[in-house]
Amino acid sequence: MAAPLALVVVVAVTVRAALFRSSLAEFISERVEVVSPLNSWKRVVEGLSLLDLGVSPYSGAVFHETPLIIYLFHFLIDYAELVFMITDALTAIALYFAIQDFNKVVVSMTRIFRRKPGQSRPFIIWLSFFPSLCFLHSRLSVPDLTPNIGLFWYFFAEMFEHFSLFFVCVFQINVFFYTIPLAIKLKDHPIFFMFIQIAIISIFKSYPTVGDVALYMAFFPVWNHLYRFLRNIFVLVCIIIVCSLLFPVLWHLWIYAGSANSNFFYAITLTFNVGQILLISDYFYAFLRREYYLTHGLYLTAKDGTEAMLVLK
Amino acid sequence: MGLLSDPVRRRALARLVLRLNAPLCVLSYVAGIAWFLALAFPPLTQRTYMSENAMGSTMVEEQFAGGDRARSFARDFAAHRRKSGALPVAWLERTMRSVGLEVYTQSFSRKLPFPDETHERYMVSGTNVYGILRAPRAASTESLVLTVPCGPDSTNSQAVGLLLALAAHFRGQIYWAKDIIFLVTEQDLLGTEAWLEAYHDVNITGMQSSPLQGRAGAIQAAVALELSSDVVTSLDVAVEGLNGQLPNLDLLNLFQTFCQKGGLLCTLQGKQASGRPHGPHGLFLRYRVEALTIRGINSFRQYKYDLVAVGKALEGVFRKLNHLLERLHQSFFFYLLPALSRFVSIGLYMPAVGFLLLVLVLKALELWMQLHEAGVGPEEPGGASGPSPPLLPTQTVGLASLVAPLLISQATGLALYILPVLGQHVAAQHFPVAEAEAVVLTLLAIYAAGLALPHSTQRVVSTQAPDRGWMALKLVALIYLVLQLACIALTNFSLGFLLAATMVPAAALTKPCGPRPLWAALLVLTSPAATLLGGLFVWRELQEAPVSLAEGWQLFLAALAQGMLEHHTYGALLFPLLALGLYPCWLLFWNVLFWK
Repeated sequence: MAAPLALVVVVAVTVRAALFRSSLAEFISERVEVVSPLNSWKRVVEGLSLLDLGVSPYSGAVFHETPLIIYLFHFLIDYAELVFMITDALTAIALYFAIQDFNKVVVSMTRIFRRKPGQSRPFIIWLSFFPSLCFLHSRLSVPDLTPNIGLFWYFFAEMFEHFSLFFVCVFQINVFFYTIPLAIKLKDHPIFFMFIQIAIISIFKSYPTVGDVALYMAFFPVWNHLYRFLRNIFVLVCIIIVCSLLFPVLWHLWIYAGSANSNFFYAITLTFNVGQILLISDYFYAFLRREYYLTHGLYLTAKDGTEAMLVLK
Repeated sequence: MGLLSDPVRRRALARLVLRLNAPLCVLSYVAGIAWFLALAFPPLTQRTYMSENAMGSTMVEEQFAGGDRARSFARDFAAHRRKSGALPVAWLERTMRSVGLEVYTQSFSRKLPFPDETHERYMVSGTNVYGILRAPRAASTESLVLTVPCGPDSTNSQAVGLLLALAAHFRGQIYWAKDIIFLVTEQDLLGTEAWLEAYHDVNITGMQSSPLQGRAGAIQAAVALELSSDVVTSLDVAVEGLNGQLPNLDLLNLFQTFCQKGGLLCTLQGKQASGRPHGPHGLFLRYRVEALTIRGINSFRQYKYDLVAVGKALEGVFRKLNHLLERLHQSFFFYLLPALSRFVSIGLYMPAVGFLLLVLVLKALELWMQLHEAGVGPEEPGGASGPSPPLLPTQTVGLASLVAPLLISQATGLALYILPVLGQHVAAQHFPVAEAEAVVLTLLAIYAAGLALPHSTQRVVSTQAPDRGWMALKLVALIYLVLQLACIALTNFSLGFLLAATMVPAAALTKPCGPRPLWAALLVLTSPAATLLGGLFVWRELQEAPVSLAEGWQLFLAALAQGMLEHHTYGALLFPLLALGLYPCWLLFWNVLFWK
């Protein structure tokens, strides 16, 4: 089992090294769908130089990373590429082993069409305690309105000052609000809960990028068994592909050709996010249905013996 | 979430899509064409109006009276040009300086990928001459440009004469708030591109040019002038730029107002679909400078206008542009012009393409449902036990057999894009043709060779799911086509609509069963190259200069060469789009047709 993993890791490292050295790296690092104020490497370097000069990196609206990151990169700035590559490889290997483990559990649970009562896994919540809360302010109040694939920048660009606090609260609540209800519903399925939570965070966070989208999409192969219960997968995949293709076209038309304007770009952003939300809810619904079939059998009959249908109400 | 989660309504909708698919598709296609044709009529078109406040409030009184001076300049220019064979740089410099401008020159050279008919050699070089009229009391932060392109075949001497006379007239006025640059370029558009790149300090097309010594601030607007006769009967306005980009509608409205004021007849020719810059203005648009090209036409009409009338119109345009406080942004950037004073905005013309693409979407939905045996749907496992093992095994088989045709089609497209220019020397050595012809003929040869592909790919791909493999391939091809046509229609509507109108029926109807020769003929007739050929014939018919078959074929070859050359010299996107995008997509449909 280690051979395909090793092969994939080697291929991934090669591809990453080749891309990093190609002219594509410059081009991609400027793309607004990939780079946001949160993860922009230029901003990290800017923050480091501000730190060297003794100024707080959060004083302007340039730097939005956490303080741990800035201290970490203070020492690793020269080996940045190597650090990223090693981290990626480690993430891939860790995910691989975790999912292997999880798959064994899933298979054993489906073989017995009955849930073992009371078996739950403790799940890990990462809480890093940071020495300063400045980063929280710069991340939560969304001071940077560079367009990205998220929903915040357009609203806050056209809002008056005295309403902005209210809307910031409303928008940010969306990220945290679903945690408790989902935790109650999915208390026996921590991995699925983590997947849904990551997806919700990457849709509703202040500065999303395609990296966040790729993060939760990397988990789709884990839920392959849900595929047959998905209902709108075709339409949603088409929506997401079309929007991904139209992002650079409309960005070019807006910024370089000057013919379109922000409304065109935001329309595509809205459609993309709606597609993502529908995709996540489709997966959630498929999961619930599968759980129902696991406990009540695959062929449903109504009280009078005819075929029954499962409906979400 | 009623529609998405209610199984009863979903089943009804699925049945509707499956049963009424053909009538819905036909209806949608007819609706799309009918909507497009209806764009010429009143409820969908509006009269043009000036949106920019700064240009609408005051009327100007034109005082240009330098007709004689313009004609004498023109005669001198023509004589010097005949004597030297190229642009008479020294004479231009002297004259511009005598008129009172700051004069600078710029030399440029460019190596063409292959020699075309007009240039007949690889290296093209020339000199641009420009003079700057500094605004007397302003800070030189903004400027306007009046440019005359001079090529080896188009002397434009009257335009140069008018330019110099206007410069002399403008020099005597005190109301200028922006600098005016009077630019005379050599080698037509190549010179203009060299000047623009040097002015904005970029290098996007690989031109070698000397840096500019004098600049005048950000260019707000530009007018290009082409006049070859002393009298004109009408002025032809060219609006479309590179890749179908259009200037702000206000600039056109402005020019039209002055033409109406002076009683000048203006005409318009629509050629957005080719994506070519039809005049120097097309290159200005890329730098976010609104620009127009005005061509004087001398035809067999009764009423003729002399250079004074044209000069007055230009003077009015420049005086109004002088009033601008910011760049033109109020009016529309995406529009269609059925006539010079009527326009259609994007919200009203997009549904036409939307209906055409809806045909492809409906077909794709139908294929998806057929692939998953809809009506029953995957969420009803309590049916036949056939589909109950999940579709993953067939899915993976389907995906694997799709990859080969996709890769091969894309590789053929890549060959179509790279090989003609790369292999021109090899071809010219082995065959008795010139390089330009070699390039075009290689292009056609690779295009035709793609038709033989299905016979070779069938041997590579083993058919594990013979019956339904073609459905999956057609589904992917349909989605690919919709994506490309949508992107093209956004940037260049005419091209998008033309391609959609021709390719949609063939793409929707293609299937490996039924009368194959008929579908094959339909598919070949609607391939991008055939559309181009047919388009040329129709265009010449509309121009009332119909061509015979042989002449049409020559025009077609010339158009292909022009398209490739423009891609390499100006970055026009028509050629890569057709070669790397639409042609592979069309090859996929050809593969579907010949699926065994």
